[in-house]
Amino acid sequence: MGELFVTYLRPHWRVLILIAFLLLIQAIANLYLPSLNADIINNGVVTGDTAYILRVGGLMLLISVLLGFASVITVYFSARTSMRFGRDVRGDIFRKVEGFSLSQMHAFGVPSLITRNTNDVQQLQMLVMVGLTMMVLAPITAIGGIFMATRENLQLSALLFVTVPLMIAVIGYMVFRAVPLFRAMQVKIDRVNGVLRENLAGIRVIRAFVRTEHEEARFADANADLTDTALKVTRLFALIMPTLMLIMNLTIVAVIWFGGHLVSDGSMPIGNLFAFQSYIMQILFSVMMAVMTMMMVPRAAASAERIQAVLQATPEIGEPARAHEEPLPRIGRIELREVEFRYPGAQDSVLQKVSFTLEPGTTTAIVGGTGSGKSTLVNLLPRLLDVTGGQVLIDGVDVRDIPLEKLWDLFGIVPQRGFLFGGTIASNVRFGNPDATDEEVLDALTVAQAREFVDLLPEGIEAEVDQGGVNLSGGQRQRLAMARCIVRDPLIYLFDDSFSALDYTTDARLRAALAERTQDRTVVIVAQRISTIIDADRIVVMDGGQVVGIGTHDQLIDECEAYQQIVSSQVALEDVR
Amino acid sequence: MSQRTVTPPPRSGGPFGGGGGPMGGLQGVSDAKAQDFRGSLKRFGARLRPERIVVIFVIVLAVASVFLAVLGPKILGNATNLIFEGFISSKLPAGVTQAQAVAGLQAAGQTDQAQMVASMNLTPGQGVDFTALAQVLALATLVYVLSSVLSWAQNYLMAGVTQRTIYRLREDVDSKLGRLPLRYFDSSSRGDVLSRVTNDIDNISMTLQQTLTQLITAVLTVVGVLGMMFWISPLLATISLLTVPLSFVVTMVIAKRSQPHFIAQWKWTGQLNGHVEETYSGHDLVKVFGHRAKSIADFDVANERMYESSFKAQFISGIIQPALTVISNINYVLIAVIGGMQVATGAMSLGDVQAFIQYSRQFTMPITQIAGVANILQSGIASAERVFELLDQEEETPDPDPAARIEDIEGRIAFEDVDFRYLEDTPLIEDFNLAVDPGEIVAIVGPTGAGKTTLVNLLMRFYDVDSGRILIDGVPTTTMTRDDVRRTFGMVLQDTWLFEGTIRENIAYGDATATPEDVEAAARAARVDHFVRTLPEGYETMLTEGASNISAGERQLLTIARAFLADPAILILDEATSSVDTRTEVLIQQAMAALRHDRTSFVIAHRLSTIRNADVIVVLERGRIVEQGDHEALIAARGAYYRLYRSQFENPDEALDA
Repeated sequence: MGELFVTYLRPHWRVLILIAFLLLIQAIANLYLPSLNADIINNGVVTGDTAYILRVGGLMLLISVLLGFASVITVYFSARTSMRFGRDVRGDIFRKVEGFSLSQMHAFGVPSLITRNTNDVQQLQMLVMVGLTMMVLAPITAIGGIFMATRENLQLSALLFVTVPLMIAVIGYMVFRAVPLFRAMQVKIDRVNGVLRENLAGIRVIRAFVRTEHEEARFADANADLTDTALKVTRLFALIMPTLMLIMNLTIVAVIWFGGHLVSDGSMPIGNLFAFQSYIMQILFSVMMAVMTMMMVPRAAASAERIQAVLQATPEIGEPARAHEEPLPRIGRIELREVEFRYPGAQDSVLQKVSFTLEPGTTTAIVGGTGSGKSTLVNLLPRLLDVTGGQVLIDGVDVRDIPLEKLWDLFGIVPQRGFLFGGTIASNVRFGNPDATDEEVLDALTVAQAREFVDLLPEGIEAEVDQGGVNLSGGQRQRLAMARCIVRDPLIYLFDDSFSALDYTTDARLRAALAERTQDRTVVIVAQRISTIIDADRIVVMDGGQVVGIGTHDQLIDECEAYQQIVSSQVALEDVR
Repeated sequence: MSQRTVTPPPRSGGPFGGGGGPMGGLQGVSDAKAQDFRGSLKRFGARLRPERIVVIFVIVLAVASVFLAVLGPKILGNATNLIFEGFISSKLPAGVTQAQAVAGLQAAGQTDQAQMVASMNLTPGQGVDFTALAQVLALATLVYVLSSVLSWAQNYLMAGVTQRTIYRLREDVDSKLGRLPLRYFDSSSRGDVLSRVTNDIDNISMTLQQTLTQLITAVLTVVGVLGMMFWISPLLATISLLTVPLSFVVTMVIAKRSQPHFIAQWKWTGQLNGHVEETYSGHDLVKVFGHRAKSIADFDVANERMYESSFKAQFISGIIQPALTVISNINYVLIAVIGGMQVATGAMSLGDVQAFIQYSRQFTMPITQIAGVANILQSGIASAERVFELLDQEEETPDPDPAARIEDIEGRIAFEDVDFRYLEDTPLIEDFNLAVDPGEIVAIVGPTGAGKTTLVNLLMRFYDVDSGRILIDGVPTTTMTRDDVRRTFGMVLQDTWLFEGTIRENIAYGDATATPEDVEAAARAARVDHFVRTLPEGYETMLTEGASNISAGERQLLTIARAFLADPAILILDEATSSVDTRTEVLIQQAMAALRHDRTSFVIAHRLSTIRNADVIVVLERGRIVEQGDHEALIAARGAYYRLYRSQFENPDEALDA
């Protein structure tokens, strides 16, 4: 955590010094006021010198105003510094993650990355803000107060040796008991919410199996458990404030008793007794503040660790060290040479010695069971993943030597889940080509078989799309994703099981329309449905990470056993021979 | 329909962190505002009724505790007086009476001091009366201890009140969910409902804990302290009183000026988080479509705006504390000066002035607390409103009583003139008629949106028909209880729902009385027994939420085992096999065939190979049966089924011609 702070706060060092200085002034002013009051009593009240009282009063007023200014300036700079801290860390995390590879994204997990970029930074930001105000002021005041108190009267200050440790012990004990309970409570809240989440997701099944009562009992159990723990926590907290107040008050009582003796035998002026009380109060209060704000640190430390993990990760897929300088021939021939892929630390490779070539102007289908490696293969082409052995070459150039943006320029992808961005239908289609005209957008939608529902919408292509596209059906999302790729008109089309959300008729029509558009392009289709791939120029059959057959449908249906199995699971073999 | 989720940001509650608390600064709650604040507040107050006795008791304790706490400074003031008087008396010559000393001072021209001494209660030359002091301090100790004990008792009891109230609220919400019709769940965003039952209730819980006790104590303290101050010195009290409205005004003015910035902050936070979520979820799309640079640029814009608004918000609201401190300090100075002069002229005792200073210090905290509470309360009541909305939703019509029962179900199903639609203006199923004999397999096919899942919804009485009847063995389903209707059927859905529990528990979900042997027999029948035994913990393996530690195909097999165990009379298989690979597919088909044996089954699938073997194929197009018959007959008929079947295998051009 320390390094994070050093890195991001160092640029602000001048402001930090200013803040420290201002906090010092505040602490001094806070401690000076009571001693001025003591002077009023000693030299003004006792002697009856009202002019003196007024003079010193004026000084106190001045100091109060000064204190006010100092605090406001402190707040300004600490707010600015802490918010800048947050902004800078957020920005760096985002840039880092943007450069991550697919496997790095999965290693962290998308939800976790989101939390790290948002909530975790928030935690740290708040810590900096509080730290620059409370957490520095409190110890300075406490130390200053102890200094003033001991300077005032050493004997009376001995009281502090009793009360301060006592306070710290009380708070420490409370925290010691409270923190584990609090963590347990969080787990139980998660459990209660988890049951509710499950019940909402599986409501049909629960009712179908007539298990509503059972689920309600399960919930009641979790609820009672949570309440039990929550009660313990809140009751523990109930003790804290009264106990601390009691300690403070009894300390004052002790001060008056012992102080009275000191005043009586002349070793302490009476006014100073009151100043002393003030010092004690300030010291105890500051100690309390300091300890309580320390509580924020462990939580923030956990957040800092999570953030550091992201910031210190090196992107797996980076720009080439020596980029291929000449412009690319843009033919679209993709060659896989002895390609191997294995996840870091995994025992088995996902792909082993895969070799074949995809020619421009052809449609190649890749089929295989789950775990056969087909999706991984497709991800290797645009360098969403990098090969761990062998090469992927486009028009003779290793993809790792091509600058990333240029490489991506060659491709259009339609992944398995139709993911859309918040905006309109038009903005989503234009995601593939920001310069597309309305006609081009409509044209792409026509090819993608999406016109029939877009035309029915009142706003047409300006109809709203919610984040993630959740206000559209799976089939509609998929077709828009297709349109997005079509409007881009890339050299290489990659379809990763993108037709499965469509029904058979739409699937057929779409591929027909697509075939017209992609006559001289390279098309790769990963699919499960026989009807989707049956017309491909070439079919690559994968099993267990290896290529077990390449050919046309007619060739494979006679020669390739794996292919026969796949087909027979979907239709009667006689129908397709 | 739009499915925007409204999720209030999770509140950072913690032992000593989070909004409010000792820091006392306003942390700007979310801009969620209650639409009917008073109404919801009243309704929420009504929820506390079961606890009213305890609450009254708590208030009594609070009054007592505050009373004692307020008394404390006065008593200490008396102690101070004893010391001061002792101090002054020691400066006077011994053996003289008080009156003589006063006269002496006056004669010397020190009228002020003479007045001061006259107003005191001392014996010249005596010094501090330590016995009296001891008594007073003992009283003070007692008062403080008692006050703390009462305060603790008050907090202790209040904790119980708040926790029990929240417990009951959660219970009510959960049981309400069980009585709501499926229509509600289908038409609401799941995120929204989830947010209401989780985030909103958490918010209410936190609000309740933070506001209730604080409010009672703060108000009582303010009243008590004011009372004491007036009793001691109306003059000083009036001066102090000037600071109260000033504090309120300052707090309100500054808070108001900061509010627009907090709103902007929340807005930009939402934008930023949304952008982050989208970009990370669509990471590969952003890269390959060349949007990386733009994505970063968009992020920077939102980030910068968020920085600006949060900086201003924190700064402006951060001024409140210093401002209040300045006011409080000025108050302190005025009291010290004026009070000092009063003491010098004998109009007030020193102890009283010191007590007064103590009181003005005691004043500011409750005021900031009350201001803070108002904000938190806003947010809490807004959440309460959303929860009440849920509790007010219309429930399912109750089951008939007495209900019809069927002993030994044969499995004959009939749809008679059934009409149904989800939305008023979108007709779906009209004049639907179907008769199914026991043991028959019915395949339901058609393009998407044709009403296939709707038939399932109607059979299971998840939704009720608008007109017409559905009969099981001749008995209308509306005359049976919903539970009995549902027990008749076994469902294997496309969406496999497995919960966090062992494999054994999940399979046995269909029958609570199942023995381990029953479970294993069902697993064998579902062709999944072998797989379970290859797992290190076998049947005791825990499935994580959403069952992500086994593959999709294996999940499917487990749900089939579950259906086997439930041993229903009639089976509904809803698009069950679309997301699986070849080998598991074969297993599933075998398992399903075994499951279907001798049972009336409704099969809804895209895989026409499954459908080939059905006894009856029902082809739906836009909610209407357009064809009925077996595979050979329908192929020969060259109708809708023929078209659908052909489109799977033939050249696409031919399909277009058909």
